[in-house]
Amino acid sequence: MDIAWTALALSLKVAAWATALNLLLGIGTGYLLARTRFPGRDLLDAILTLPMVMPPTVLGYYLLVLLGRRGTFGIWLQEHFGINLIFTWQGAVIAATIVAFPLVFKPARAAFEAVDGQLEQAARVLGISELAIFFRVTLPLAWRGILAGVLLGFVRALGEFGATLMVAGSIPGKTQTLSVAVYEAVQAGQDEVANKLVLITSLVCIVVLLAAGKLAPGRIVHK
Amino acid sequence: MQLDLDIRATLRSGKRSFDLHVQCTSASQRIAVYGPSGAGKSMTLKAIAGLFTPDAGHIRLNGRTLFDSKAGINLAPQQRNVAYLFQDYALFPHLTVRQNVGFGLARGWFNPRAREKLAKVEHWLGAFGLQELAHQYPDELSGGQRQRVALARALVAEPAALLLDEPFAALDPALRVSMRLELSQWQQRLGVPMILITHDPEDARILGEHVLYLRDGRIDTVADNQHEVKIG
Repeated sequence: MDIAWTALALSLKVAAWATALNLLLGIGTGYLLARTRFPGRDLLDAILTLPMVMPPTVLGYYLLVLLGRRGTFGIWLQEHFGINLIFTWQGAVIAATIVAFPLVFKPARAAFEAVDGQLEQAARVLGISELAIFFRVTLPLAWRGILAGVLLGFVRALGEFGATLMVAGSIPGKTQTLSVAVYEAVQAGQDEVANKLVLITSLVCIVVLLAAGKLAPGRIVHK
Repeated sequence: MQLDLDIRATLRSGKRSFDLHVQCTSASQRIAVYGPSGAGKSMTLKAIAGLFTPDAGHIRLNGRTLFDSKAGINLAPQQRNVAYLFQDYALFPHLTVRQNVGFGLARGWFNPRAREKLAKVEHWLGAFGLQELAHQYPDELSGGQRQRVALARALVAEPAALLLDEPFAALDPALRVSMRLELSQWQQRLGVPMILITHDPEDARILGEHVLYLRDGRIDTVADNQHEVKIG
């Protein structure tokens, strides 16, 4: 298969996994930060936001130190499960997940905070259990805001470059994602390949952003 | 209705603190807690519903203990079998009128479906003249219609008591008068006991059989059938 399509397929796979992980992590963290109060909540929020402001290469270096052959977590994974994440597409998933995480949990937190707590109280008095309230009241009302963040996180994961290159490297057909392939193509002077890759990337990003724009939080629109 | 209330709570916000100590027993079907804003009316009503936990005391409704700090009893709001009418009605904006009314009857993880017609729900929609509006969403309704939906939603589970938080504050004066009469008639027809909190003397006069005057977190006077009685 053409190198561009291979890279696109890999990018989509990595971004899809990262988005699935962030959907769970982002909703969980966003809800926790929005609905509970505990000491250090603001500090936790700040730490979780770090991947958004730190250079991806720095983040990649952290991951390399942590997950690498000499890293504490890397050694543990190797010894107990025989898993090595460095230079694998799963490693790229972890890098993309962390980089995109703030874009998912922040809107999720805001969306949960925007849900009127009185509606949850009303459901409580009507006899509905806490877990059912989450699925019947809180989540449906916060859903659009969450989804907008999830789509942004997907695009961010799709375009991830710095941390991915540090952790997963650039093995064609194995860990070479679209954005890494663009860099390699330009480095090698293959302008034709680069143009094709850039065009594909731009189109995918525009489509997703249009979808995200349609879902921007606002007035509830009925089906 | 047998209401036995004795609750204490202290709330602090910065340097200010507020002491609530409400003690009363009543056998009336129509209790009105009347007082200026900030007197602790909402807190008292929320304590009965289980939405606010007092520091100490007890709450008994029809012989059932809902809260007793000494015995370590504090039933969750879900277990109290009371209905609560919020000041701005707290209708679920993502559900239709029919789904809102049927909300408490669906106990699982899913909301009632928009097309599902339960006999009980249809009965209350009919009783409140809401059948024409059954497929509409709360933001498409007028204030009076919203209140009827909230009442239907509250009554469909046949609660032991109906708690009303300033039920007419959000309505314009003309509508307030007619809704007040409507609520009064409904209460008499259904015989459902109600506890109402209000800062409007007209509400207390028309809907209150037993009126507790609350001021600065304490019951100041109790009026029974318009005979005022001072308590110590």
